[in-house]
Amino acid sequence: MTHTFLGMPSTAPPGVGHLRGTEPFPSAARRSLADPQLRRNLGHATATIRARSAGMIAEVPDWQQLREAGRAIKTDVMARLPELLEQLEARVTEAGAVVHWAADATEANRIVTDLVRATGSERVIKVKSMVTQEIGLNEALVAAGIAPVETDLAELIVQLGDDRPSHILVPAIHRNRAEIREIFLRAMPGVDPGLTDEPAALAAAARNYLRQTFLTTKVAVSGANFAVAQTGTLAVVESEGNGRMCLTLPETLITVMGIEKVVPTWQDLEVFLQLLPRASTGERMNPYTSMWTGVTPGDGPQAFHLVLLDNGRSAVLADPTGRQALHCIRCSACLNVCPVYERTGGHAYGSVYPGPIGAVLSPQLTGVADNASLPYASSLCGACYDACPVKINIPELLVQLRDQAPHPRAEAAAMAAAAYTMDHPRLYEAAQRAVRLSRLAGRRGCALPPPLDGWTASRDLPDPPAQTFRQWWAGR
Amino acid sequence: MSSRDLLLGRLRAALAAGGPQVPVEVPRDYRHGGPLDLDRFVARLIDYRAQVHRVSEDAVADTIAAILPAGATVVVPPGLPSGWLPSTVTVRPDHDLDNGRIAAADAVVTAAAVAVAETGTVVLDGSPDQGRRVLSLLPDRHVCVLRTAQVVATVPEALARLTPQRPLTWISGPSATSDIELSRVEGVHGPRTLHVVLLP
Repeated sequence: MTHTFLGMPSTAPPGVGHLRGTEPFPSAARRSLADPQLRRNLGHATATIRARSAGMIAEVPDWQQLREAGRAIKTDVMARLPELLEQLEARVTEAGAVVHWAADATEANRIVTDLVRATGSERVIKVKSMVTQEIGLNEALVAAGIAPVETDLAELIVQLGDDRPSHILVPAIHRNRAEIREIFLRAMPGVDPGLTDEPAALAAAARNYLRQTFLTTKVAVSGANFAVAQTGTLAVVESEGNGRMCLTLPETLITVMGIEKVVPTWQDLEVFLQLLPRASTGERMNPYTSMWTGVTPGDGPQAFHLVLLDNGRSAVLADPTGRQALHCIRCSACLNVCPVYERTGGHAYGSVYPGPIGAVLSPQLTGVADNASLPYASSLCGACYDACPVKINIPELLVQLRDQAPHPRAEAAAMAAAAYTMDHPRLYEAAQRAVRLSRLAGRRGCALPPPLDGWTASRDLPDPPAQTFRQWWAGR
Repeated sequence: MSSRDLLLGRLRAALAAGGPQVPVEVPRDYRHGGPLDLDRFVARLIDYRAQVHRVSEDAVADTIAAILPAGATVVVPPGLPSGWLPSTVTVRPDHDLDNGRIAAADAVVTAAAVAVAETGTVVLDGSPDQGRRVLSLLPDRHVCVLRTAQVVATVPEALARLTPQRPLTWISGPSATSDIELSRVEGVHGPRTLHVVLLP
């Protein structure tokens, strides 16, 4: 529970989950940039997915109409979020499930932990889910003596490597096949010591390792890609079949979803099921999509719990411009086209939501002060806006958040001084002459002195011109 | 105050802070259907490494006999037409088979509810000829028998034909992953081989 006034929009609490990094983006990015293997892996992977996705999008003659529909549906969802959630709750409950409401990460973790404890199971199988990463569910389960097993191949690579995810769709994108083979040989129980680094062999090793776990675990935890308010239907899209295993085999299924994942009608899925796979994995359709409504007697889990999570989303909703960050369908297209992400990778962003969408979502979920460097992790080139299948105007949000972020006093003083100087023509001319003097003094290509050196930490100071515009104009 | 009331109160306060709400009109000028192209459907299935057999209804059993080795164990949903199954395989109808028996089977044969030509997708809805979801999940080989009348051109047409309250599984090719260097690899946890038998 939060300690803010009851009923007021509230940011995600600190001390739980993974929305805040331990250091600002620039210093974390500097370390990533110094790792040539990481940059090679990222460059190869993002180039591959960009080409594949572009080819698949080019096949669809009405892609722009679908994007516009997706944007409008999400805008409508945000405007009607309370009533849609109440409708979803009613339909899901009628279909034999139990709905829980979690104000923040701590409460969601407690709800899930209590539900697992009640089953007596000491292990849960997990479908890849951003929201359970966000709230730090695995840590909470471990603290309660429950072993969470990640079943998505990339999540498994991250878990076995004692690593952190670095991409929304492909959490192990920073690892190449040779590194994955080493992790499996080191940490996967019962692995064949003759394992090669062929992707098919690595996938087969994961299949063998997880098969018995799938068949013997009584509880699964999933996220959700979509939840239909009209029908109470949940949907999970995936590729490997680990999702189907988790959604089908256990006796109890617990689904944690961010409240923004609700869509109004069954028909709305026709838009998102076309947008998501092509923008995300660059496929016409992902190999498996599971849809279920409550409990089906005789088929699949006979106990189903749905946990609806706020954890800062109400605070994002309170900003009429900022709330479009909640439209995100977690496709990761913006990561794959971002020149900054391609070079730094996901770890530099600190939060589980990296890349352009992370740079606008994380600071809003936590409050800008707690992720103040992220809105600057961008060149504002706009590629993310073009790539977004639901047309989130990420550059607009980055600029707005930069405005809201706390600014260093030196910067504020410099801006105030510049404004004053520009308002006074004599002063302005004197300042320009001073800049020229610095050129005569040979101070070219240098960094600014403190306290202004932050500006030149990652930029060269341009050479001052030999002549100001006013001098040139006067001499014509 | 319950968490439910707290959360809904926060959301209503957040919306009120943003000023009056303007109703949103969703433009739906994207395609809602299209001409059905069966050759394209077959090409898209093959593109995602499914194997396709276009045969007449009376040739289904012979086709399946050619796909599955003699003596193979096959689990089937209880409502599957018995004429589809060849005498060369051992058939285990799903009358509450346990997961271990299903996983040990060499293959599963099911019908389907709907298929989407544009994406190369078949959808199962748990009807008696398709069975419980676990049936088509654990065996390593899935043979799916489909009638042409069940194939639609686009995703919107497929959704319109489906019943949301049924457990639905959309299948586009065999199990796959893109998790290693973003290259697509077929065959992880679901069936590693998918055969689609397409009837007229």
